[in-house]
Amino acid sequence: MAEEKKLFKVTIDNITVEVEPGTTILNAARLVGGEVAPPAMCYYSKLKGSGGKCRTCLVEVAAGSTADPRPMPKLVASCRTTVMDGMIVKNITSERVQDARAGIVEFLLLNHPLDCPICDQAGECHLQELSYEHGKEGTRYEFGKRTFKKHDLGPYIQLHMTRCILCYRCVFVADQLTNKRVHGVLDRGDHAEIATYIEKALDNDFIGNVIDVCPVGALTDKTFRFKNRVWFTKPMDAHRDCPTCCGEVQLWMRGDEVFRVTARKDEWGEIKDASDGKTGWICNECRFEKKDAKDWIIDGPTHVSRHSVISANHYEKVIQPQETLPEVMGGRNPKLLMDIHSISEVNRPDIHLSEIEGPAHSDDFNEP
Amino acid sequence: MLTDAGLNKVKEIVARYPEGKQKSALIPVLHLAQDELGWLSADTMDYVAALLQLEPVEVYEVATFYSMFHLKPVGRYLFEVCQTGPCMVSGADDIIGYIQQRLGINVGETTPDGLFTLKTVECLGACGYAPMMQLGKHYREHLTRERVDEIIEECRQKAGLLN
Amino acid sequence: MSVKLLLEKAHVEGIRSYDVYRREGGYRAVEKALKTMSPEAIVEEVKKSGLRGRGGAGFPTGMKWSFIAKPEGVPRHLVCNADESEPGTFKDRYLMEFLPHLLIEGLIISSFALGSNATYIYIRGEYAWIPDILEHAIREAKANGWLGKNILGTGFDLEIYVQRGAGAYICGEETALIESLEGKRGNPRIKPPFPAVKGVWDRPTVVNNVESLAAVVPIINIGAEEYAKIGVGRSTGTKLISACGNINKPGVYEIDMTISVEEFIYSDEYCGGIKNGKRLKACIPGGSSVPILPANLLLKTAKGETRYMNYESLSDGGFATGSMMGSGGFIVLDEDQCVVKNTYTLARFYRHESCGQCSPCREGTGWMEKILKKIDSGKGAMSDIDLLWDIQRKIEGNTICPLGDAAAWPVAAAIRHFRDEFEWHVKNPEECLVRNYGLAGYAEPRPIPA
Repeated sequence: MAEEKKLFKVTIDNITVEVEPGTTILNAARLVGGEVAPPAMCYYSKLKGSGGKCRTCLVEVAAGSTADPRPMPKLVASCRTTVMDGMIVKNITSERVQDARAGIVEFLLLNHPLDCPICDQAGECHLQELSYEHGKEGTRYEFGKRTFKKHDLGPYIQLHMTRCILCYRCVFVADQLTNKRVHGVLDRGDHAEIATYIEKALDNDFIGNVIDVCPVGALTDKTFRFKNRVWFTKPMDAHRDCPTCCGEVQLWMRGDEVFRVTARKDEWGEIKDASDGKTGWICNECRFEKKDAKDWIIDGPTHVSRHSVISANHYEKVIQPQETLPEVMGGRNPKLLMDIHSISEVNRPDIHLSEIEGPAHSDDFNEP
Repeated sequence: MLTDAGLNKVKEIVARYPEGKQKSALIPVLHLAQDELGWLSADTMDYVAALLQLEPVEVYEVATFYSMFHLKPVGRYLFEVCQTGPCMVSGADDIIGYIQQRLGINVGETTPDGLFTLKTVECLGACGYAPMMQLGKHYREHLTRERVDEIIEECRQKAGLLN
Repeated sequence: MSVKLLLEKAHVEGIRSYDVYRREGGYRAVEKALKTMSPEAIVEEVKKSGLRGRGGAGFPTGMKWSFIAKPEGVPRHLVCNADESEPGTFKDRYLMEFLPHLLIEGLIISSFALGSNATYIYIRGEYAWIPDILEHAIREAKANGWLGKNILGTGFDLEIYVQRGAGAYICGEETALIESLEGKRGNPRIKPPFPAVKGVWDRPTVVNNVESLAAVVPIINIGAEEYAKIGVGRSTGTKLISACGNINKPGVYEIDMTISVEEFIYSDEYCGGIKNGKRLKACIPGGSSVPILPANLLLKTAKGETRYMNYESLSDGGFATGSMMGSGGFIVLDEDQCVVKNTYTLARFYRHESCGQCSPCREGTGWMEKILKKIDSGKGAMSDIDLLWDIQRKIEGNTICPLGDAAAWPVAAAIRHFRDEFEWHVKNPEECLVRNYGLAGYAEPRPIPA
């Protein structure tokens, strides 16, 4: 008789969940969801070996397990630490974690250019969200920020190294999705950079996915560059019969115009599984070449979580505003909204604002 | 690009590791290439990549990580003077200043005749014999201004003999 | 007179060569271990000896050995960590340069105990002449039947290879060393898995410091019990100390860990006192990462007891009033030395050596360096001192590997014990520019021509 697989109980911020052995604290916390899930800037569940580097997901382990309930002395990277049965984890309920995380945010922003107003990633930038939720106001750093020489990565992908937080995700994409990696992390320490050393285009069929995994605006889509702000566009789920990839994408549209094509993402900002159950990486042709709505079969508006700025253009399940005026007006329907002078002589309707020289002043309305 | 002796050495190095783990030979082979060619150009690194069946970027990643690899040409005599704590308290600043003055170059520069390059480096593990510098394969320790003069003279003489 | 176990024969003429080493009783320990002991018995012996890792962390060596996984059919490896790069530390260099056969002997016994048939010595790249010495010794050992196939007819095969690094302090961290040995960037791995389970080429691996492995030889020769009798408490055996800084006799000394710090500094057998008759100001007793101690706390503990040169006594008082044995890099500062400047050079060192993988270390080390430089050059503000404290606090414990801690501790300790000196720099901006530059007015870098 096959033994029933034992699940591990883990308590995170006083909420207990049961997970399979081998699950990381971060993934267990994602089951709970909301604020209990630690932020992750480098971990990407679809990329093997990712995580552990940014340190934003550090949590406190108050009890290691039922068998060994000693607390862990250091904060641990929740993305790379697996749960034990009876483990007690503190994330947002730990002051130590909050303090350390604020420190990490400060470190990450130290050399980040804060050029959000001209950055294509603004609005869907994980570093923006992280600093908004976990950072402190202002910076204590008074030295010049680090900058890098520009590298050209070919016709489709723009690299802004100064914005990079060295999450290594794009390196894992090249390693795991393409047969030949041409970019990597060069140099070391605070001079480490993503680069190709000698200028080379990234031209593998799947290399465009580096844009989707980049948590900041270091790798952006040249075909979308400066075309629009993401919150003005309307994300739509769409698909096509693609010979190379799953062909399941998100179109970022304004009217009938397709501004950008990306893979579909889940609430953690990671690429979702496609209908075949595999990760929905998309190919360069779908991403960069199919910018006509006619290329696609549109499935409908993408579900966008409410706190995202992208929800500003969120058309899903639109609810019409209720007609409340007749209610407050005792059943009467207003005919005109609203000539104030029909009910008030304030501001003297005989004075035409256009005839006043310069800006209007209260004196202009005084009775002579 | 490498000499036959160098290529034989590469074979010998690769044989130290398990089958298919020839990437382990990368750092020793880069040392070898640098010893023969003076520095590591992109072409040299591509050549090493082909030799060890690696992607060129794997070689660039490693060569740029380690401080001993020169990615630009350096002078024939490279003075690498340690400036970390124990050397500093033993007067390394004075030695660095003196070398700058003697050679007429700043740290990181090469003399116009291409003979000398001056670099400052971090701890080389000769703290008891400070101040010190690395010159080629060996360390020059217990540096004084007089000792520096001697070393510069020695290099000039050697270079004269070679030319 | 102190006990010498490692350096006993260091001054014998020609000890570097096999013949002299053998004549002086070398390779007896290999004979004893391979012929009369089982691998398990050797591990047990090393455990009993109380030998603690001599690289800096002080983890019990025998315990580390016992963690090695033994999956069926998977080769295991011993890797000798000769990447000695901690500022103030140069003891392994001494051992390898003058007593190469002692290390080879230790490696043979340890490899046999761990079941490693291919053992690697990973040596820092700057020690460029030492691989020749080691490789020569390896060839001699092989020619005399101590290496190769079926050693001493026991069926045990062993090859030892020397691998040079290329300039990276971080490769002294064992998982970064393993990455480097695999031909990669020296980025420390995220643990678990630990090397004992998945090390080099995903095989079970033990990484040990040069001195730890050399110490296996006397342990086998005199037996764990005798070895453990030397020293005191959990500081058994002898320890190599590399002494440097402003002392009369810098060098590598073997101590038996029962002598006091005062004796070590002032006795003619060791450091021979402070240079030029100056007074002792401060000391970093275990390599640049460990907390600096002012003279009063160095010679006596906070409780007023004599401080000794051993693991327990040096760490007495924790980080508040104590320090650590670390790697045994003993850096002495005299009364003329500037703690701010010294701390600045160390911060620069750690910034230079950070691999850049994790954000607190990558960004924090550079930030600390910049602030220290600012204070050192008389441009600092009082608030910078508090800021420094807060930065080191946010780095410590939050990084992938111990480099973050190693960078944070010296800054923390310098502020803790020498805050007045930091404040002096802020209050006397002009004076601090000339202070300690007295030796070299022209040491200030000249402007670089455009």
